Amino acid sequence: MTCSEFLKELTDYLDDTLDTRTRAELEEHLAWCHNCYVICDTTKKTIEIYRDSTLYELPDDLRTRLRSAIMNKCSQKKKVGSQDV
Amino acid sequence: METIQTKVNEPVSDELRLVQAAKKGDVGAFGELVKRYDRNVFRIALHITQNREDAEDVVQDAFLKAYENLEQFQGQSKFYTWLVRIAVNEALMKLRRRRPERMVSLDQEVQTEEDSMPREVADWSPNPEQLYNQAELRDILGKTIQGLPPSFRTVFVLRDVEGLSTEETAQALELSVPAVKSRLLRARLQLRERLNRYFKKRQAGDGKQ
Repeated sequence: MTCSEFLKELTDYLDDTLDTRTRAELEEHLAWCHNCYVICDTTKKTIEIYRDSTLYELPDDLRTRLRSAIMNKCSQKKKVGSQDV
Repeated sequence: METIQTKVNEPVSDELRLVQAAKKGDVGAFGELVKRYDRNVFRIALHITQNREDAEDVVQDAFLKAYENLEQFQGQSKFYTWLVRIAVNEALMKLRRRRPERMVSLDQEVQTEEDSMPREVADWSPNPEQLYNQAELRDILGKTIQGLPPSFRTVFVLRDVEGLSTEETAQALELSVPAVKSRLLRARLQLRERLNRYFKKRQAGDGKQ
C-alpha cells in the first residue's frame, strides 16, 4: 500500500467503517510508515480537539432569550392557524 | 490506533412522541424539541455563517420553519437530521446574502485533491490543547476552521462536531455519501495541516507563539 492509497482510506479508517482485510492492510502500512502514522494520529487529535472544545457554545442568557422568542412566535402561529380553521 | 466514536444518540421513540404531540398543536412538546437541539443548531449556524447575529437569526428561523412545516416531516429520517437540513439551508442563505460576490454552494469543488495532501508532517505535543489556555485555544480553533471553504466546514461540523453519521450528513446536506466522505477527508486534513503550526512539538529554544 502506498501513502496516497493510505490517505484515501484515512476517513473510513478513523471512523472504523473498513472491512477487516483493508483495515489490516492499513495497519501494516502504519507499522512501518512513520509519516502516515503521524498524519493519522494528528488527524485523530484534530477531530477530538474540535469535538471536545467549547467553541461556539450557546450562552445561557442568549439561550433563554432565543427560546422565548421562538416559543412566542410558535404560539402566535398556532393562534393564527386556529383562527383560519 | 483507536477510532473516533460519535456523540449524539438521542432516544428516537421519545423524540417521535414529541413530534406527534407538536403536530397536534402541543406547543410545549415543540418547546422540548427546541430545548433538546437549540445548542446544536446554534453551533452549526455559527460554524457556517461565522457571524453571531446571523447564527441567532438562523436558530429562530430554523425552529420556526420546522414548526410551520411539521406536517411535512414523515419520520423517514430522525427529526434532528430533518431540522439540521433546515438550519443548514437557512445558514447558507445568510452567508449568500453577506457574500453575494462569492456564490456559496455545498456542491462547489474548491480545491483539488492535491491541495489536501499533507505538506508538513510533524508530530504534535502529547496534549496539544494544554499548550494554550481555554480562550487562546478557542481563538485558534475558531480562526483555523474559518479558513476552510463553507462546503468543507459544514460537512466537518455535522460529522465530527455534532456526531451525525455519514449517511445522516449526506441526507441533511442533500449530497451523496461519496461526496460527504471526500469533503470530510479534505476538511480533516486541511484542519490538521493548519493546526500544525500551533501544536507541533517545539524544538529546543522555540517559544510558544
